[in-house]
Amino acid sequence: MNEENRAQPFEPKIIAFLCNWCSYAGADLAGVSRFQYSTNIRVIKVPCSGRINPLYIIKALYSGVDGVLVSGCHPGDCHYISGNYFARRKFALVKRFLEYIGIEPERIQFSWVSAAEGVRFAQIIDKVTSEIRKLGPLTYFRRDTGQKGT
Amino acid sequence: MKRVQSELVENVSKLLRENKVGLFIGYQDGSLPLRTSPCFVTKHEDVQRLVWNSFCANNLSVYLKSVLPGLPANGRIGILCKGCDSRSLVNLIVEKQVKREDVVIIGISCPGVVNTDRLLAHLEGKKIVDVEENDEDIVVKFDGGEERFARRDYLYESCLNCAYPTPSVYDILIRVGKHSPKPVFPDPMINEFNKKSRTERWQIFEQELSRCIRCYACRNACPNCYCKECFAEQTKPRWFGLTNEHSDVFFYHVVRILHQAGRCVDCGACVRACPENINLRLFTRVLVDEVKERFGYEPGLSLNDSSLLATFSTDDKQEFMAEAD
Repeated sequence: MNEENRAQPFEPKIIAFLCNWCSYAGADLAGVSRFQYSTNIRVIKVPCSGRINPLYIIKALYSGVDGVLVSGCHPGDCHYISGNYFARRKFALVKRFLEYIGIEPERIQFSWVSAAEGVRFAQIIDKVTSEIRKLGPLTYFRRDTGQKGT
Repeated sequence: MKRVQSELVENVSKLLRENKVGLFIGYQDGSLPLRTSPCFVTKHEDVQRLVWNSFCANNLSVYLKSVLPGLPANGRIGILCKGCDSRSLVNLIVEKQVKREDVVIIGISCPGVVNTDRLLAHLEGKKIVDVEENDEDIVVKFDGGEERFARRDYLYESCLNCAYPTPSVYDILIRVGKHSPKPVFPDPMINEFNKKSRTERWQIFEQELSRCIRCYACRNACPNCYCKECFAEQTKPRWFGLTNEHSDVFFYHVVRILHQAGRCVDCGACVRACPENINLRLFTRVLVDEVKERFGYEPGLSLNDSSLLATFSTDDKQEFMAEAD
C-alpha cells in the first residue's frame, strides 16, 4: 500500500437538492440503470428548483457539508412552467456572492438534469464530487468547531 | 441651505394645514452637534422643528413600515426623500408594502450627506457651538475658533458614487445646490477587492464581521428589510445559533445580504447604523453591481418595475451552471 492509500482519502459530504420532476427522476434512472457514480451525495427531494431558498444552501454549508448541488429541469421543461427560470436568477446571485466573499465557487454548483438523463446525472455527480474532493473539507463556514482560518 | 429649509417648512406646513397629510416624516436637529434625528410632525405649529442640512443621513423610508399600520383610513403620510430614500420607497411600493396613494413625497435633489464621524475626528473633542454651511463648505464654530471643511471631501462613500441624487418619484421637488457625482460602475472598491486572492477575501470578510455583536441595527435601519418575522429570529425552525460566534455571524450576514439582492439601492443606511463600524458596503455593493451587470436592473427607479427575483427572462445568462464533461 502506498502512502496515499494508508492515510484515508478525504471523502466530501455533498447535499444534492433535486427537483421532483426531472433531476430526482434522473437520479432514479441512473440507479435503476446501474450506473456507477460517487456515493458522496445526500439527496434532498424538493418540488422544484424554484423551491430552493438561498437560505437552504447557506444552512447546508453551516451544518457541515463540504458542498451543495442544486439540480432542476432544463429551462423550458419546468413542471411548473417557470420555476427554474426564477431559480436561475437566485442561483446566479448566490454563486457570485459566495465566490466574492472567498468561498470556493466549486462548492456551490447548479445543474439541469432531465428525467431521461441518467448518464448525465452520474457524470455531473462524479464531476462535482471530484472538484470538491480536491478542495478538501469546508472548515471555515460550518458551525463553530473551534477551527479557524481557511 | 437656509432657502431649502424654509421651502421645506413652507411645503410641509401647507400639506398639514390643508389636511393632505396627517403626519410628516423629516429631520430635526439631533441631541448632539452635527447630527440629525428623524422627526415626526403632526401639527403645523411644529413644522419649525424640521431641518435640512448636510447631516440628514437616515433613510426615512424605513419608518413607513412602523407608522403605516397605525394610519387612520384615508390618512396619508408625507415624507422627505433624498434620491436613495425615494428609490427605497419605490421599491416598497413595487413590492406592495406601501401604496403610492398613501404617501406624499417631498423630494430633495440631494447634494450628498456628510460623514459626521470623519468631521468629528478632525475636531478632536472641541466643544462645537454652531455650524453654518453653504453649497461648498461647512463651517464649524467652536470655543475659540472655527474651522472650514469642504463638503465634498467628507461625503459618505455611497454618496460619492451615487448615480441618482434626484428622487425617482416625488410629488414636490426641492432643488438643492449642485452635486454632480460621477458614478463609476462597478464600484472601484469592489474592483479592488476582486483583485485579491480568494483567501485574502475570506480573511477580510472574516475580520470585518468578527466585530459584529448581532444587534441587528443593519437590518432595522434598512427600509427593504420588512419581513414581520426575520429568518434570524425564527424559532420553527431555528436556522442558526443566536451567538456571535463566527459561523453564526457569517450565516446572518450572508443571508441578510442575499435577501437584499435586487432591492439594495446602496443608500448606506446599514453602514451608518453599525455600532462597530463594519464596512458592510464592501459586501452589499457587489450584488448591486452584479444585478446591474447581469440583469440590467437597478431597483427603485420606476413604479412600473417588477421586483428582480419575482420575474425572469428566458435569456438570462447561465454560464455558471455545471455541465457534464
